[in-house]
Amino acid sequence: MSDVQERIKQTVELNNIVLFMKGSPQFPQCGFSGRAVQLLQACGVEFASVDVLSDPEVREGIKQYSNWPTIPQLYVNGQFFGGSDIMMEMYESGELRQALQGETV
Amino acid sequence: MVTPQQIKQWIETALPGSEVEIDGDGRHFQAIISYGEFAGKTRIQQHQMVYDALGDKMKAEIHALSLRTLVPGQGGRQS
Repeated sequence: MSDVQERIKQTVELNNIVLFMKGSPQFPQCGFSGRAVQLLQACGVEFASVDVLSDPEVREGIKQYSNWPTIPQLYVNGQFFGGSDIMMEMYESGELRQALQGETV
Repeated sequence: MVTPQQIKQWIETALPGSEVEIDGDGRHFQAIISYGEFAGKTRIQQHQMVYDALGDKMKAEIHALSLRTLVPGQGGRQS
């Protein structure tokens, strides 16, 4: 496993909920990342975030990590949970809130 | 510039039998894809099948694509 893959693995394993996104939760740099932040905030959970724009290695590496070509990406308990479309669908069905309940950073 | 029609064709060619409804402005697209082979797959796997179908086009031509995947006759509730 390359350094960046190892770094990503540690990040998702150390944080119960972590969002890889463009920009920060305060200043998202992409509409999809902004939407993902809003959904997590609507669920009332705290989460860690990684700004891929400030780390080109992670920006590319995260796409390989879960064979997922887009950002944002949500990880819960070390597992890839989905991108913003899946987060939205699961929010609407109540599954997102349910899955995140009891999880904190 | 990529047209919604091109993306529809790319997906339908790579996933034979799929039905794709798509809308977009050349940079941002929204697709609803109904495909029998999605049955029994998680949402993540369903989206990965679409991304795989588009391959490198996801990195180059297509800036942003929203996906909603459906199994024909089952609505949207695959988890």
